[in-house]
Amino acid sequence: MNAEQRALLAARPDLVAIARWVAPGARVLDLGCGDGALLKYLWQEKGAYGYGVEIEDASVLACVRNDVNVLQLDLESGLSAFRDGSFDCVILSETLQAIRHTEELMREMLRVGHEAIVSFPNFGHWQARLQVALGRMPVSKELPYPWYDTPNVHLCTLEDFADLCRRLGVKILERLVLDRGHAVNLLPNLRGSLAVFRLGRAAP
Amino acid sequence: MNAPQLPPDSVGIVEAKKATFTEPLPLKGGAVLPEFELVYETYGELNAARSNAVLVCHALNASHHVAGRYAEDPASIGWWDNLVGPGKPLDTRKFFVLGSNYIGSCFGSTGPASLNRATGRPWGADFPVVTVEDWVAAQARLADHLGIERFAAAIGGSLGAMQALQWTLSFPERIRHSIVIAATPKLSAQNIAFNEVARQAIMTDPDFHGGHYYEKGVVPRRGLRIARMIGHITYLSNDAMMEKFGRLLRNKAGFGFDFDIDFEIESYLRYQADKFADYFDANTYLRITKALDYYDPAAAHEGDLAAALAPAKASFLVVSFTSDWRFTPSSSRAIVRALLDNRRIVSYLEIDAPHGHDAFLMDDPRYFGALRAYFDNIVR
Repeated sequence: MNAEQRALLAARPDLVAIARWVAPGARVLDLGCGDGALLKYLWQEKGAYGYGVEIEDASVLACVRNDVNVLQLDLESGLSAFRDGSFDCVILSETLQAIRHTEELMREMLRVGHEAIVSFPNFGHWQARLQVALGRMPVSKELPYPWYDTPNVHLCTLEDFADLCRRLGVKILERLVLDRGHAVNLLPNLRGSLAVFRLGRAAP
Repeated sequence: MNAPQLPPDSVGIVEAKKATFTEPLPLKGGAVLPEFELVYETYGELNAARSNAVLVCHALNASHHVAGRYAEDPASIGWWDNLVGPGKPLDTRKFFVLGSNYIGSCFGSTGPASLNRATGRPWGADFPVVTVEDWVAAQARLADHLGIERFAAAIGGSLGAMQALQWTLSFPERIRHSIVIAATPKLSAQNIAFNEVARQAIMTDPDFHGGHYYEKGVVPRRGLRIARMIGHITYLSNDAMMEKFGRLLRNKAGFGFDFDIDFEIESYLRYQADKFADYFDANTYLRITKALDYYDPAAAHEGDLAAALAPAKASFLVVSFTSDWRFTPSSSRAIVRALLDNRRIVSYLEIDAPHGHDAFLMDDPRYFGALRAYFDNIVR
């Protein structure tokens, strides 16, 4: 692991879990891939290969600079560019909360991928609950935006997300809950600030 | 008077060269060109491994004169001079850049105005209808002539993009990267309709003489002018036109209540039309618009573009522009989808630019930034 990768993983603890769950040599699709750092890491460390989808001009340019395949497409209009089952794994890291058509995207992810990995900030974390209890919208490291200027439109808790998975017939294969980079096993919906789910299609 | 100093990132004074090919070239339409010439320009140096050549394919009204200028004419700046030069996104300190003309052109390669040895007269209407595939086949001969076994990249916009794409299908082993800008895998009915209006304008001009106007000493200028006006409208977006001209009047005093120029846009179109009719050939225009209309690699695969692109081995960068209503982003996305189906390496940029189809000629920082980064990675 080089210095660049160490810095990346320190800044984004969910990526450690995501990288662990991606099989060597897998074909991956990273939705909302930012500057392509995760894809580059997966390629260098696991020989996992794929494409990023990103809408922001600056991020798209950064991906090209990083020599990462990037497709400038709007996730809100679905994943029609991709065929059924064309990826081993579809990743949506810390982007779920900013998606409008959440259900549609979840379905699409498991149409084009055999598995999906989704990470998101846990709105059930005690700090968020405390701030709401004190009469304020939560602002934290995972939720850094003031209420009037935030890309986030669909915040949820661990339990809410699990409900949605059940509703969509999505199977939860694994779950990792983190707080400040450490795994949280006791009272995760209260103590975890960041959740990572590995999802699969339910058996027909 | 001294010529103005060329900026340091210009390739400088350039000269067109000409290569002659005596082996007959079979064309897609069934005709055979017994021999042909291609004009081209090169910038930068071919490295010892002959691995740094980049082919620049031009669109309808451009030519092999991609960058720099000619000694005798300070105004003769190459059509993609903002892209190609020392320190520019396609950096001639690293790459050997080849600007190639195509057969059927009016810029010096064998075309309708060339002498037909069989008759001793200009080809005129008898010059065959050529296709994108034919152009690529002819360019491959030029690559052989220059000792280029494999291009680092081919790049083109619009009709040039069709060539950059076709290279990966006709000669998959000879091209590492294909940069396909403002492209379409086939023309829409509306595109073909515009081309047909342009052709009708030319062919109904009394000076056209069925294509044999060279011998009569006339040029179907009226037809060419109208063809250019129509084309030009489709290269610009309505927003870009409104921004540039709006409803500005030539004469600030008001309407003339006659059929002279009232609006600035009319003046602009007439100016562009005159300029075009001075340098472009009507027979060439007819053939190029047909080449555009005919291009459809999926046609031989029952419309399945993924099957058509299966031979491609290159890595791709595909770029479209949101305001391009001639070749829309959805056309580019169809190419991307077909490449994904074939598991090709591909990146796709959809640049939110207001200029319409002509955006591919502008140095938008996002667009040129991506081209620079892409070329930097090729050379690395």
